[in-house]
Amino acid sequence: MDTFLGFDAVLLARIQFGFTVAFHFIFPAFSIGLASYLAVLNALWLRRRDPAYLALFKYWLKIFAISFAMGVVSGIVMSYQFGTNWSAYADLTGPVLGPLMAYEVLTAFFLEAGFLGIMLFGREKVGDGLHMFACLMVAVGTAISASWIISVNSWMHTPQGYIIGDTGQFLPEDWFEVIFNPSFPYRLAHSLTAAYLTTAFVVGGVGAFHLLRGHRVNRAVRIMFSMSMWMAALVAPVQIFLGDAHGLNTLEHQPAKVMAMEGHFESHPDGAPLILFGLPDQEAGEMRYAVEIPNLSSLILKHDWNAPLAGLDTIPDDEEPPVAIVFWTFRVMIAIGMAMLGIGLWSLWARWRGTLYTQRWLHRGALLMAPSGFVAVTAGWMTTEVGRQPYTVYGLLRTADSVSPLGAQAVGTSLIAFIVIYFTVFGAGALYILRLMSRPPEPNERGVRVEPGPIRTSGITPAAQEQDTSATQKPAE
Amino acid sequence: MDGLFVSFDLTIAWALLLAFAIYVYVVLDGFDLGIGILYPFFPEKKDRDLLMNTVAPVWDGNETWLVLGGGGLFAAFPLAYAILMPALYPPMIAMLLALVFRGVAFEYRWRATSRLSEKAWDGAFIGGSALAAFAQGIALGAILQGIEVEGRQYAGGWWDWLTPFSILTGFSVMAGYALLGACWLNMKLEGDVQHRVRRIARILALLTVFFIVAVSLATPFLEASYWLRWFGWPNMLATAPVPIAVGLITVLLGRSLFAHGRDWLPLVLTLLLFLLCFLGLGLSIWPDVVPGEVTIWDAASPQKSQAFMFVGAIVLVPIILAYTAYAYWVFRGKLDPEQGYH
Repeated sequence: MDTFLGFDAVLLARIQFGFTVAFHFIFPAFSIGLASYLAVLNALWLRRRDPAYLALFKYWLKIFAISFAMGVVSGIVMSYQFGTNWSAYADLTGPVLGPLMAYEVLTAFFLEAGFLGIMLFGREKVGDGLHMFACLMVAVGTAISASWIISVNSWMHTPQGYIIGDTGQFLPEDWFEVIFNPSFPYRLAHSLTAAYLTTAFVVGGVGAFHLLRGHRVNRAVRIMFSMSMWMAALVAPVQIFLGDAHGLNTLEHQPAKVMAMEGHFESHPDGAPLILFGLPDQEAGEMRYAVEIPNLSSLILKHDWNAPLAGLDTIPDDEEPPVAIVFWTFRVMIAIGMAMLGIGLWSLWARWRGTLYTQRWLHRGALLMAPSGFVAVTAGWMTTEVGRQPYTVYGLLRTADSVSPLGAQAVGTSLIAFIVIYFTVFGAGALYILRLMSRPPEPNERGVRVEPGPIRTSGITPAAQEQDTSATQKPAE
Repeated sequence: MDGLFVSFDLTIAWALLLAFAIYVYVVLDGFDLGIGILYPFFPEKKDRDLLMNTVAPVWDGNETWLVLGGGGLFAAFPLAYAILMPALYPPMIAMLLALVFRGVAFEYRWRATSRLSEKAWDGAFIGGSALAAFAQGIALGAILQGIEVEGRQYAGGWWDWLTPFSILTGFSVMAGYALLGACWLNMKLEGDVQHRVRRIARILALLTVFFIVAVSLATPFLEASYWLRWFGWPNMLATAPVPIAVGLITVLLGRSLFAHGRDWLPLVLTLLLFLLCFLGLGLSIWPDVVPGEVTIWDAASPQKSQAFMFVGAIVLVPIILAYTAYAYWVFRGKLDPEQGYH
């Protein structure tokens, strides 16, 4: 068999897709939330004329610019991955999924990219009103984009509204059914909320960091911490509810995935236990060292203590997803969700006691949780995507039948190039973002691309190039 | 809805729309990649900052047309997408990775704290721009020279795209993009930098025309059908105006690069030159999308898919063009090197 470093072409193509899309997922998760946050900050600034909001807007705008650029370039890669590595899939699903992706480009990508320049650099040129409009367009664009691509993704999980043509292609029959397929509303609500929460925790973590560093009188720091803690307190419970609804929807349409998530190798005719931890052994078909709570799984999934639940023993071996990955990533996501809820509740208590800005342990907790959204999003995404294996289009098109007619060597070489380059490029980007985050927002925060600015170092004063802000200049740090 | 579209062929409409999207991509991202290719001629940091600032507010939008090209091909001609992408695997991957480098360089360059890392991102911008242009040229040449197909799949090896012809087209596109970049900068800059850009543009114009001639001469020998299209009678009557117009525009371009004033003219003429090359390529392969193997009708997705998207495209593309034009309008005019406009 044709292999590269011991991997066959299908597995290499899967790793490549998983790797590139995982990176790509991280930036949008952050950009979607941050774009909305920026629109809110700008609106607050325009309404209240409180300079702290303007400072915050500019502070996060610089971070957004970097994150958005990384999202754009990793996104271009995605739009070609279907063809380069999954050409059989592209041929078969193109008639149904292609138009949805074309609509994503037409309704969202252009909107975001078209107004981004104005959002970043144009306040002075177009005035406050149009600048606000540009901010809104970018924020709306990110959400529209998410809707289309999640519709595509959901169709692959719960396909409907199609017929199969003479060439074996999926052909559209009813666009409404295709777009609003059964798992789409749940997945969209769960993913968008995840994006907002992810961003809230990043913002909260940065706020907490500066509070811990003694910037308690900095109003911008207090505002960002307070806003993100409201998000945590209000949205984390909503997200848990949405996640539960999404899980029930999955149980209805992809029971095998839920069996893997729950680690139920065996069927339970009278009430299934909730397995908290254990070591899944797929070959033997059993859960080793399981720690479980009797009947709780039936209560959660069926809302009845004694409801029967089928296990993986009812699924043919060659249609089972890899259990261990699904089982563990699911637990990681759940644990983080609960921790987010915990931070939210803790902050409510601190707010009530009047110690929101002084409780150092809360700040330490929030700082620790800053990157948790990214971990949760990636873990949850792995749960759902690995959980629908061995199919790309659930129940209809196998992953092994979806790949391009390429040798393992071609796919393996490009995979290594992707890994090396993504870690270098996006690692550097993450460092630049962390560096921006490491200093607190200043009262006269500069706009995008001014410090460590290009033109100042060549001998021109910052004031000359700073058309972006009317605030007085501060000397360089 | 079906009844609405019987009167004209949606597949042709989509082929034209995609060709339009690709042309817009070449028009917009061409100068933007060209600036990267020209970077080595402007070693001073001050000049480099200025060059990059001319495109900083618009480059995201420019690259989105490439996504539309890929997404549109997937949607309207899925079979062509499924055959071309594996056939062009190495150049495609190289192009994507090159675009990663140059794209992030726009942001990272201003965040670099040491000389060394700034140099590194300048290098990424140069290398990424040049490689992306070269890979696009290679892809063009590889499509023109023909792709092996069996059933509904690519049937060749993963190095088939590499030939002297595809290398020629690779360098051609690089030269052409660099010319576009120089003409753009000629329009956006003034003073000493503009003078230097103009001198470079003259050389690049010569080089580009040389490559156009070379590719035009080589193409008819690749496939018998190309030969018949260009030199067969009476086809020649239809195709001959293209090279004649190329000649005419070359003369005008040369004059505009020596004349004073009307700094926008060289850019417009170069864009016309690109349009003619585009027409020429279209004339060569029409109505195939994989030359000699797959026609646009073979590759087309069903009417239902094309119609669904067409409704959206007809409404949205003009809107997109309008707000793209608006964004360019906001950042119009010469860039003052003393200010750095954003």
